[in-house]
Amino acid sequence: MRFAPTLDQVELAAAVRELLADACPPDVVRAAWGPEGDKARLGLWRQLADLGLLGAVLPDDDGGLGLTEVDLVPLFVEVGRAAVPLPIAETVAVLVPLLAGRGGGDLAGLVAGDLVGTAELSGSGVLPWAGCSDRALVRAGTKLRLLDLTGVSLERVATVDGSRTAARTPAGGAVVSADPADLERAWLRGALAAAAQLVGLVHRQLDMAVAHARARTQFGVPIGSQQAVKHMLANVLLDVRFTLPVVQRAAVSLAAGDPAARAHVAAAKAMASRTAERAARTTIQAHGAIGYTVEYDLHLYVKRAWALAAGWGREDHHRAVVADSLGLPPAVDPSVLPWEAAR
Amino acid sequence: MDLTWSPAEEAFRAEARAWLEANVPHGLPSGDTREGFAAHLEWERRLFADRWAVVSWPERYGGRDASLWEWLIFEEEYYRAGAPQRVTQNGIFLLAPTVFAFGTPEQQDEILPRMAAAEQLWCQGWSEPGAGSDLAGISSRAEKVDGGWKINGQKTWTTRGAFCTHLFGLFRTDPEVSRHAGLTYLLVPLDTPGVTVRGFGRLDGDEGFAEVFFDDVVVPDSAVLGGVGQGWSVAMATTGSERGLTLRSPGRFLAAAERLRELAVDRAGSLTAAARDGVVEAHLRAEAYQLFTLAQVTDLVEGRNPGAESSLNKLYWSELDIALHETALGLLGLEAEVDAPWSRGHMFSLSGPIYAGTNEIQRSIVAERLLGLPRR
Repeated sequence: MRFAPTLDQVELAAAVRELLADACPPDVVRAAWGPEGDKARLGLWRQLADLGLLGAVLPDDDGGLGLTEVDLVPLFVEVGRAAVPLPIAETVAVLVPLLAGRGGGDLAGLVAGDLVGTAELSGSGVLPWAGCSDRALVRAGTKLRLLDLTGVSLERVATVDGSRTAARTPAGGAVVSADPADLERAWLRGALAAAAQLVGLVHRQLDMAVAHARARTQFGVPIGSQQAVKHMLANVLLDVRFTLPVVQRAAVSLAAGDPAARAHVAAAKAMASRTAERAARTTIQAHGAIGYTVEYDLHLYVKRAWALAAGWGREDHHRAVVADSLGLPPAVDPSVLPWEAAR
Repeated sequence: MDLTWSPAEEAFRAEARAWLEANVPHGLPSGDTREGFAAHLEWERRLFADRWAVVSWPERYGGRDASLWEWLIFEEEYYRAGAPQRVTQNGIFLLAPTVFAFGTPEQQDEILPRMAAAEQLWCQGWSEPGAGSDLAGISSRAEKVDGGWKINGQKTWTTRGAFCTHLFGLFRTDPEVSRHAGLTYLLVPLDTPGVTVRGFGRLDGDEGFAEVFFDDVVVPDSAVLGGVGQGWSVAMATTGSERGLTLRSPGRFLAAAERLRELAVDRAGSLTAAARDGVVEAHLRAEAYQLFTLAQVTDLVEGRNPGAESSLNKLYWSELDIALHETALGLLGLEAEVDAPWSRGHMFSLSGPIYAGTNEIQRSIVAERLLGLPRR
């Protein structure tokens, strides 16, 4: 028993954090919202490729870092903290592991940073990151299809998080796998990566709210000296500190091929989604009117959190998966009157 | 990340499970009544006789030198087996860590084996009528006399004080210095002349509380734990135990969440969507608490001190416990008003956000020490 990241994992996370603090400050996230955003962000993609992150899950012999889901959690926490405006989770956690061992030129292109790959498996019809991606993994029934987006005329969709550069999911694509087990693994990896990013996004929002509460003075004292403000921010820390271990446990189960992984990922995503939604509401409130603007950076992280809280299965879906894993009977209708219940 | 147990730990679990299955008594009366307390003492002494009372303590005091990991395993098995509440807990989980850290060898040899054997029964004398959350505001005083200390004042809300034999408490020994500096931690046998104990009912009606009056009570110099004037820092070492995982191990909440799940399956006819979600919530939070403590024990084992993090534990388990019981009462419907384990558990859960420093105090500690927000 040792439930803590290894030294290697801590060091990798620190390296990624350092890189992203430099290469993906709020200005870069904000620039991705702009008209030139789709091109502007590709320099960052190249930097991530150069660090070897895009093929991180490939074995050492294939030019990867041999990372497992467990190693990816601290990495995606950092991706979330920086709100990287790129489908790094989709490429690293979903596409590369799926394509590994299947051959085809796309894998090499993705790993080298020549191609950007996104993924959307819920079937919502909206494809995030479409505008900056060359490939997209989508689902038709239980089949996984890979779309080549180059030259495709996209029907763009304006999103709340303007950096997400989404479009209506185009039709077509080549079937990559018809095996439901592949689909489930891809789905669970995507949900896990989203949960880890949400943890990082919450920490970023909390750091901003704490800094603001220390600096902002009203009634002659920092607002953060008021109990009401202290307690609401303490709640955010409480939520997130108890969410991370659940996300880490899901990664351990997924990496080990444990059949409980489905329920463990569901627990992780359910908790991360709720934690993030509460943190977003709380940190906006702690900033007052400043938090209710687009000029201040908080919204960049809040809106990404909203998108990821909803993506890869909403909280209620994942809670229902947990309920099933507990063997709970279906819910009854509480509006039935006592004397009607016997019928 | 390694979430597996070693063969030795698995063997420890199997031994604990087998012993508990063969020995756990069921249907004991409440340990917060006089007759129930006596029945619990029999159980405590059986635990001690087979060296399960204080597994993490050294063998010479009746323990097994078990690791923190093995202690967690034992706790998990203890609550899984439906074993009774530990009426000795305030001694073994709150005072003992302090005696190990601050006690003289004589104090350790005198107190620890008797505490483990449930011969010395310890209650905590901290709160006073005028000092609850503001603990440093206590006014009960101990005055230096030849060879010892003379105590006058009053403690209250003392858990199981009416049934215990000894009290560990904080007393003001120097009224001239700042509030925190003038306190001393004293160990007081409750049969000392001048001590009066009066039990009274808690929310559930049981005589689980007491007020303790001190009227010229003289204790020897050897009653001082950790040095004269050191009471605050000695006491704070105990609050870490009280708020953190040693008093409220995850096994307790995992077992309660499982009982709630069984109740939900049993009461499928009243399992509304809200109740079903409440069961999921209890399960998620109990597991989150377990996983958080696994990370915390890893830190402890590797020499990283959780410090103010114990406030996070306390907030989480206390609020989880209430939510879990509220869901259970919802499932029981009108039956919830019957005086039974779930309704009693619900009332007890309401004490969680109060004792060991209210949750309002804990949130301020989290905000100030973990987030770095300014004090007022």
